Formats: sequence, C-alpha cells, structure tokens
Amino acid sequence: MSEEFNLSANQLDALREIGNVGAGNSATALSQIINRRIDMNVPKVALVPLDTVPDLVGGPDTIVVGVFLRVYGKAPGNILFLLPQKSAFYLVDTLMGKKHGETEKLDFMDESALMEIGNILAGAYLNAFFTFTQISMLPSIPALAMDMAGAILNVVLVQLGQMGDTAMVIETEFLSEDDGINGHFFLVPDPGSLETIISAVGVE
Amino acid sequence: MPDLIRVGMADYKVGQSPATLISYGLGSCIGVSLYDPQTKIGGLLHIMLPDSTQARASDNPAKFADTGFPLMLKDVLKMGASQSRLVAKIAGGAQMFAFANATDIMRVGARNAEAVKKILKDHRIRLIAEDTGGTYGRTVSIDLTNGAYKVKTIDKGEKEI
Repeated sequence: MSEEFNLSANQLDALREIGNVGAGNSATALSQIINRRIDMNVPKVALVPLDTVPDLVGGPDTIVVGVFLRVYGKAPGNILFLLPQKSAFYLVDTLMGKKHGETEKLDFMDESALMEIGNILAGAYLNAFFTFTQISMLPSIPALAMDMAGAILNVVLVQLGQMGDTAMVIETEFLSEDDGINGHFFLVPDPGSLETIISAVGVE
Repeated sequence: MPDLIRVGMADYKVGQSPATLISYGLGSCIGVSLYDPQTKIGGLLHIMLPDSTQARASDNPAKFADTGFPLMLKDVLKMGASQSRLVAKIAGGAQMFAFANATDIMRVGARNAEAVKKILKDHRIRLIAEDTGGTYGRTVSIDLTNGAYKVKTIDKGEKEI
C-alpha cells in the first residue's frame, strides 16, 4: 500500500496548504459562532502508523467527544472533530449561554448543538477543498459519541485497516483565545481518495 | 501493579504471572484473552478486523482475528501453557456511532465478535466469558495471577468477567 502514499515534498505542501485554508475557514466559522478568537496550528499532514493515531489526542483512554461525518463524493473519506471532554463542556456552556462549568454531562440538546458545530466546521472545511480541487465533497449527517479516544478513532481506522497499516491524516488543532476550548479536526481520506485529490491539485 | 504490559491496537502480548496485560480504548476492536490457570501463562490480542482474506495485504497479521489468534496461541503454548487447559475471554466489538444506514464497516464490531468465536471453536478453546456489543468503548486487562479479565467503561466503571 505504501506506493499509494509516495508523495513528494511539494504534494505534501499542497495538502498542508489545502488543510490550512480548510481549517482557517472552519476556525473562522467557529469563532463567529462563539464570538471568540480561535487560533489554529499549521496542519499536520502525515502518514502515521494506525496504532499511534490515538496518541495525537492524548492517548487511547483519554475521554473525548467526537463528532463524526462521512464524506461522500469523488474523494470519499471521514471527518472527525475531537474535543477533550472538558473542552466539549466548555463549548456547550458557551453555545447555550450557560456559566462556564455548568455543563457536567451532555443532554440531547447539547449533543445536537455539538453535532451542528461539527456540521458547520466540516462544511467550511470541505468548501476550501472544493476551491482547490474542484472535487465536490458532501458530508453526511453528523454522529456524536463521548468515549475513549481509541474507541472513537476505531471507526476511522478500521476502514483504513482493511487497506494497510498506516493512515494519511490531515490534522489541525484549534485553540480558543481564553484556552477554554481546544479541539482536533481530522480529515482522513479513504485510501484511493488521496490520489484523486493530489491529481486534482496538479502538483507533482 | 507489577509488570503492566501494554498491548497496542492490532498487536498481542503474552506473559506469565504476576504480569497484567492491558489494552486501552477498544471500540469495534476485540480484546481476546487466553489463560492457563495452572501455569498462569496467558496472552491478550487486540484485533481490529475479522478476516484477513477480505483485506489487502498487510504486514501485520495481529490486526485480524483469523491470523492474529493462531500467533498468540503458538506463543502461549511455546511458553509452556497447555492447549487443553486454556480458556478464553473476549470483550469489545462495539458500534460507536449509530447511523441509520450503517454500512458493513460500521457493523464491524459484531463481525469481529463472530469471527473470534468461530476461531476459538476451530481451535477447540473454551470461551468462558464475553462482554461484547454496545455503543461504548472499553479498556480491557487480564491479571495473570488469577485470570481475572477486567473491562472498564466510562459510564459503568470497571467490572470483572
């Protein structure tokens, strides 16, 4: 499977740039919703062994809230927005106009709000992808789970696991200005999709 | 706790009392433990997928139930366990996200559980405890001093099966 992922430095740069603009769109959207500045790091674009992916978010038994969306279209894949439990509660407090620290578990409305955030972030992100690649990609309706990071990431990794032992991940970390929220946004293209994306960008 | 040995995803480890083998954050994956109560030798396998024949070539046989289990079995026997005394316990196989139109890949947890049970039967190993299914993640560990298989979830805490 490795031949599929023999990307040149330029191609990796191109992916990083797409990820950067996509995440920038998402960060702006999130910042407008919660009315706070959101910073983000330069996206990591990396081919990582499957079993190390949970370490990117603090280890497989870290409790996180994950919003998962399947991406349909010519370059299918998965989007996963992961928030440490504390950040997710903080975000819910902010969205629902509650005092910080008030949310201690997620009720139906809270989950719905977080899924909507996932939806908006994914939409903003995929828009950037479309601008660069002219490949139209549509997100599914979101699904949410609060659980161990390893268990949630399983969903994404299993599909890749059928094809090989590594995952191409485009990952961005978000951080709100008051440090209350940090989240990880993952775009994990299905194995065949990466080629489609790369050839659409036209970088050798 | 003496000798806590971590088993990663798509990996297996074998050991002997007083070691404890542990694997964190299983979703649709399954943790298969083997234990010989007399020699106190055992193993823990963390599989991701049911069947290597339905996947593309992989460098890692421990990823699949059908290829991973025989490897672990061979290693515990090599350490001195007896196949007739070995007992198995399994946990995991959840479906983390409920989708209305769940594809095959979403139901991989249930397929993993079936595949593991079949392979245990094929090797004539008794399955004496099971905690599979559901929609939540699990951390599993086997204490090789007594064969206790512990399953930890975030809502229900820790239980022994």
